[in-house]
Amino acid sequence: MTAVVDYGVGNLFSLSGSLKAIGADSVITSDPEVLSRADRIILPGVGAFADAAERLRATGLVPLLCEQAESGKPMLGICLGMQLLFDKSFEYGEHEGLGLIPGEVRPLTESLPSGTKVPHMGWNSLSFPKESPLFRYVSEGESVYYVHSYYAVNCTPDTVAVSDYCGVSVTGAVQRGKVFGTQFHPEKSGRTGLAILKAFTEV
Amino acid sequence: MLAKRIIPCLDIRSGRVVKGTNFEGVRDVDDPVSLAKFYNDSGADELVFYDITATVEGRSLFTDVLKRVAGEIFIPLTVGGGINTLEDFDRVLKSGADKVSVNSGAIRNPSIIEAAAKRYGDQCVVLSMDVKRVDGRFHVFSKGGREDAGLDAVEWARRGQESGAGEIVVNSIDTDGVKMGFDLEMLTAIGNVVSVPIIASGGAGCAEDFVTLFKTVPSADAGLAASIFHYKEVAISELKELLRNNDIIVRR
Repeated sequence: MTAVVDYGVGNLFSLSGSLKAIGADSVITSDPEVLSRADRIILPGVGAFADAAERLRATGLVPLLCEQAESGKPMLGICLGMQLLFDKSFEYGEHEGLGLIPGEVRPLTESLPSGTKVPHMGWNSLSFPKESPLFRYVSEGESVYYVHSYYAVNCTPDTVAVSDYCGVSVTGAVQRGKVFGTQFHPEKSGRTGLAILKAFTEV
Repeated sequence: MLAKRIIPCLDIRSGRVVKGTNFEGVRDVDDPVSLAKFYNDSGADELVFYDITATVEGRSLFTDVLKRVAGEIFIPLTVGGGINTLEDFDRVLKSGADKVSVNSGAIRNPSIIEAAAKRYGDQCVVLSMDVKRVDGRFHVFSKGGREDAGLDAVEWARRGQESGAGEIVVNSIDTDGVKMGFDLEMLTAIGNVVSVPIIASGGAGCAEDFVTLFKTVPSADAGLAASIFHYKEVAISELKELLRNNDIIVRR
């Protein structure tokens, strides 16, 4: 059973639909017991970091999520859900994340040449600096769907996928033990995205 | 690098896909869910669903269609038509839309762009504009292209971006349905003043028109079309092959 953390952020329509499409049992929940019993946990998220972090803290689930991740339960953060896994974010101020993966989240505009379109929105191709079970069914050069204005930096040791955007190597996916994160949306990335979700449900 | 996107547009009335020429003469084409699946399988990068019904009954049929599509197709879905209030945004986002396109609703009430961008994020708000040449200038038209809104299209695009629109669809009424190619002059004029993605719409008649679009208007991020895809005059897989052969980056 895959538990999708429900903390009032974003539209979970596509995520639950795509888990169903790959034949994975899933439940959308904020119940600590269900999360503890689940085989794996997905942390979704859209919107602003501070708002999402605050909503997640308000559920009281943060200590449980950290404990589950540290005990080796597979976890996948998607988009803002991935950004929440890091130590901190500099989106409108400085905000603490869950600290499950060393690194921080910074504005793309700091690194991109001026005049580049932000958000980084659309299909971009993946390359893999390191091997990860998350991409066992995916080849280099396949594309995934991104929508974001901030990205993870200082996380090279855990970076398992990147995409080039106007000369900036954008962190596409990270892995530390069984904690994974994708900046892109696998639930919006067609066949490639479904293959990535399938690989996660097999970790 | 970011890929150029190919986007089929599905106009929905009473739960069916329909297509007209020059905004008139609507014809019944197909079942939306099976057509959406077909496009997804052939490599479409995104789908746009346009609700062209005005009745309450039609609207709920549309929402049902959207839910069925979103439950089976996992590429970005943009929804437009009849979006006037934040409640309309909410209704389609809860039915599975990823982005919401606002057109006449923003002309009547420009503050909807900013309000929606604040609530749902810039990436969620698409400003769609129907544009036509009037006395040598680009004018925005409302009500499905029937009424001159008295707005300059270049200025309207700039205002839209400033208010928080994350993407702009430029539909040329002059080239729509004519199938002689996209309106390169209009797209260049608008693309030059905004920095958000521009989606070109209106006029695609063959695969080469998309090559010309992306080569001539670098600011165009996506090409949108309906009838050439619906009537299978252009297959998306072959179109992408052609773009690739012309060194235009597309998703594979």
